[in-house]
Amino acid sequence: MAATQTRTLISAAQLNRKRGKLVYRIVLTLVVVVFTLVFIGPLYFLFSDGLKSTQEAIATPPTLVPQHLHPATYSQAWSRVGVGRLLVNTLYYAFGALVLQLIFDVAAAYALSKLRPVLGGTILAMMLATLMIPATVLVVPQYLTVADLPILHLNLIGSPAAIWLPSVANAFNIFLLKRFFDSIPRELLEAAAIDGASALTTLRRVVVPISRPILGVVSIFGLVAVWKDFLWPLLVEDGYSPSRETLNVGIFQAVSTTPQNMIIAASAIAAVPTIAFFLIFQRNIMSGLTAGGLKG
Amino acid sequence: MADLALKVDQPGSTPAAAKPAAGSGLGRKLRRNLSAHGFLIGAVLCFAFFSWYPMVREIIMSFQKTTLGVTSWAGWQNYVRIYHDPTFWQAWRNTLEFTVLALIIGYAVPFFVAILLNELRHAKGYLRVLVYLPVMLPPASALLLFAYFYNPTYGLFNHVLTVLHLPTSQWVQSPGTTVPTAAMISVVIASTWMNMGGATLIYLAALQNIPGELYEAAELDGAGLLRRIWHVTVPQTKLILSMLLMLQIVATMQMFTEAFILTNGGAGVNDNTLTVVNLIYQYAFALSGASNYNSASALGVILMLVLALFSGGYLWLSRERD
Repeated sequence: MAATQTRTLISAAQLNRKRGKLVYRIVLTLVVVVFTLVFIGPLYFLFSDGLKSTQEAIATPPTLVPQHLHPATYSQAWSRVGVGRLLVNTLYYAFGALVLQLIFDVAAAYALSKLRPVLGGTILAMMLATLMIPATVLVVPQYLTVADLPILHLNLIGSPAAIWLPSVANAFNIFLLKRFFDSIPRELLEAAAIDGASALTTLRRVVVPISRPILGVVSIFGLVAVWKDFLWPLLVEDGYSPSRETLNVGIFQAVSTTPQNMIIAASAIAAVPTIAFFLIFQRNIMSGLTAGGLKG
Repeated sequence: MADLALKVDQPGSTPAAAKPAAGSGLGRKLRRNLSAHGFLIGAVLCFAFFSWYPMVREIIMSFQKTTLGVTSWAGWQNYVRIYHDPTFWQAWRNTLEFTVLALIIGYAVPFFVAILLNELRHAKGYLRVLVYLPVMLPPASALLLFAYFYNPTYGLFNHVLTVLHLPTSQWVQSPGTTVPTAAMISVVIASTWMNMGGATLIYLAALQNIPGELYEAAELDGAGLLRRIWHVTVPQTKLILSMLLMLQIVATMQMFTEAFILTNGGAGVNDNTLTVVNLIYQYAFALSGASNYNSASALGVILMLVLALFSGGYLWLSRERD
């Protein structure tokens, strides 16, 4: 994007003048410094305050740099809050939800886009209608449903399925995937059909390989959604031994019984995987955000 | 269930696709439909169990009551009861105040940040990553860190204020209920820090689609910086601006986690940070023994209607965009 700088608010000519250059330099420096302070500053404290001792963490006034390094805080937090266990739980929930979303939502969007069965239009409309009702509004009946699944009479509370299965009911996935599948030319699928490929083979061999970009977007949003969720895992995975909580819930539940420095250390450990994930996939995440439509 | 979806597909699909001439028209159509529904069944069941049914059930439950395990119709009783609950009004007042504050802080800030970033010729990638980084943090990490900063005795923020010789604050634990309360502003600041990255990047993308000639023409007509923003930038991004407005309102009105973690349960001092969703949670799960799913459902239905209005507006706008 830097290569072909289009004309913005301020013209290149104005910036190239002597005064323009000076003002630009000052503004640029200010923005970089202020943004670094505002967005990296808190992260600095997230990681450095976890190195403080319990007394130093609640000292008045607070120290900006830990006076005595206590790396042991991290290991204490790890064992006391059970961060390892929480991390494994969260990964298990996130990737399980992702796999189910990829199987069921891709299959459904493919059927709605290309196979077009009877009532397909109605089903699509009913799915998209759920976009109007955010999930938080439905927590109570959703919780009761998961506690006693109609017809099957299964209680999913405390099982991973309580997080996995509701995550499949994601109208935004269906919308994104169907819109992408709609753009795949019909001839391509017909050619596969003439070669004797079944609908499933066509999906696996033709549709999925050319849909990599949108599958990437859906996967990233799917993982991040489970990783960031709080209220739902608080309701359905709370209070078991050994813990079935997610990182968010587990650390929050530990607050009342754990010293401040260990809570911050645990929060820092919890943040590492997502920060790493973001730095690795930043291009995909940020372009997916704008290309994949608008989702909060 | 994965097996189910795959198995159902097998018998019908191959002949239907490969040999168009084989079988009667009706049989073929039937098989093709069965196969297609086989692909749909997994997602449809999940929607049915976890979206469509709960939606209907919430409405039904809001008109029911359960006494000693027996469920019966209650008419408008649940609605009348929460109407007379002072906390109900407090929660709505708080939620509206949150929404207004989030519009002033959380909605305007990303737009101006995006305009600023769009003018810079350097460090663009770095600044973008910075702004979006907090969005990726687990909310508990970010909010517990802010709770630590906000601590009135050993928190960083009061220390900074003391060093600058400014009056200190109780932050999220501020007792007042006069609008706007310091407690709420503190919650909104944390929430904005966590969430502004998404909106900023969406605005940035929209700003890059504005044709440069428009600015050129405006400048030739003698329009200064602010007038160029007002007469070119704003109208050109109007649709995105109004879509994100709806989205921001919907997101803020269902705020739960921020108040819940920052003020330990979402009540704050005298319920001054309690949101509607916090109250739904309290009605249904927190008041042990007296937990009442039916009044929680009634409150849920009211919130559902309000939110549907705004998300309907959002969907209507996004259709226009496509």
